[in-house]
Amino acid sequence: MPGSLRIVIAKPGLDGHDRGAKVVARALRDAGHEVIYTGLRRTPEQIVRIVMDEDAQVLGLSSLSGAHGFLFPRVCELLNEAGLDDVIVFGGGIIPERDRSALLDSGVSAIFGPGTTSTEMVDFLDSLEV
Amino acid sequence: MERRELARALSNPQDISCPPRIREPWSVLGVTGSPGVGKSCIVDKIVKSWVDEGDKVAVLAIDPSSPVTGGALLGDRMRMSSVDANDSVFFRSIATRNVPGGIPAMLDRMIDLLFHEGWRKIIIETVGSGQSEVRVVAVADRILLVEGPGRGDIIQAEKAGIIELSDIIAVNKSDLPGAEKVAQEIKLSLEMSDTKPPAILLCSAESGDGISELIETINDLPNAKGPSIAKARERLLSANQEILLNHPDFSDVLKSLVADEISIADAMALLKGA
Ligand SMILES: Nc1nc2c(ncn2[C@@H]2O[C@H](COP(=O)(O)OP(=O)(O)OP(=O)(O)O)[C@@H](O)[C@H]2O)c(=O)[nH]1
Ligand SMILES: [Mg+2]
Repeated sequence: MPGSLRIVIAKPGLDGHDRGAKVVARALRDAGHEVIYTGLRRTPEQIVRIVMDEDAQVLGLSSLSGAHGFLFPRVCELLNEAGLDDVIVFGGGIIPERDRSALLDSGVSAIFGPGTTSTEMVDFLDSLEV
Repeated sequence: MERRELARALSNPQDISCPPRIREPWSVLGVTGSPGVGKSCIVDKIVKSWVDEGDKVAVLAIDPSSPVTGGALLGDRMRMSSVDANDSVFFRSIATRNVPGGIPAMLDRMIDLLFHEGWRKIIIETVGSGQSEVRVVAVADRILLVEGPGRGDIIQAEKAGIIELSDIIAVNKSDLPGAEKVAQEIKLSLEMSDTKPPAILLCSAESGDGISELIETINDLPNAKGPSIAKARERLLSANQEILLNHPDFSDVLKSLVADEISIADAMALLKGA
């Protein structure tokens, strides 16, 4: 159990809804974590910079736009380039079953679909070795 | 120090050791005010203007941790729409949770390090509602208090002593009704004070009205050699508090107090001789 983590919640891509991301941010806050919420429409480059500056151990990416197929792997690639490969990345939002294995291969550690309870997410974070 | 290293070092402020920053010209702006008045939106505008002038700007945005869970939701960065993750901007969100020695002492060290690393303009954003926030913002060289229409927060700010510390008061959301009235009320209430009143400006971070005047007024704030009496007082009290909190016997003394074995005077005598 890692105790309190610093977690960045970000939304890459252009979709303009962040209700889901905010619900996740609040649930993780209530579980005792420090959650940094970045707001809408950040580029993969910005997100990686934010993770670095905030010295976060975990990054949660949310996407509703279907752009996850490109954006999530791109973020993981940039994290590696920046030497931030120890940062745990998880994904959420609307992500079809068929896209999952490719995302997991690209460096995303877990994917939480729309039906996920916050307990599942909190348990996942508790299981991390950071 | 590389950016990543700097970010890491800021996570352990108690281990920072670097020379204290130069206080002249002033470099640290504190931005305070009630929740939701528009502090972060204004900070975004100030940062953009300073970066456009060629400065490297660091922002430390402080939000309270939940006393129950210890968690925190740090959302100030959401408003950094124009400059987030720019090479010339370093933005760090800070939760107030269990900081050894208290926030002011920790912030001081973080700021010294940032200054040392070439971040010569530093902004602290903190919600200003009580005594502990006053201590936080007193770390800054210059202080901007942000108010908004229809809130009646000014009385709260007066009570907490924030107005005494402020160099400028910005009444934001001037695009909404009531802002002008608030500005008038503040002016009236300050007429009765015997110190030089801070400048009061109307602005709207939304429409941009009054923002360039606000930034000019901030840029023109004079360099004073030492802090004002009010600021010096808060800094001294913070330092005193830090001595108490960092004393190795602090929790033992607390326990003795709880067990009614010693008086407060005894406790102070034990803790002062560090
Ligand atoms: N109408 C209007 N709304 C504004 C203005 N400035 C900010 N807002 C809105 O006020 C809300 C809060 O703005 P923030 O900048 O986050 O306020 P804050 O003081 O930093 O809030 P906390 O950090 O949560 O205390 C946002 O929804 C902004 O869009 C303004 O000049 N006019
Ligand atoms: Mg804010």
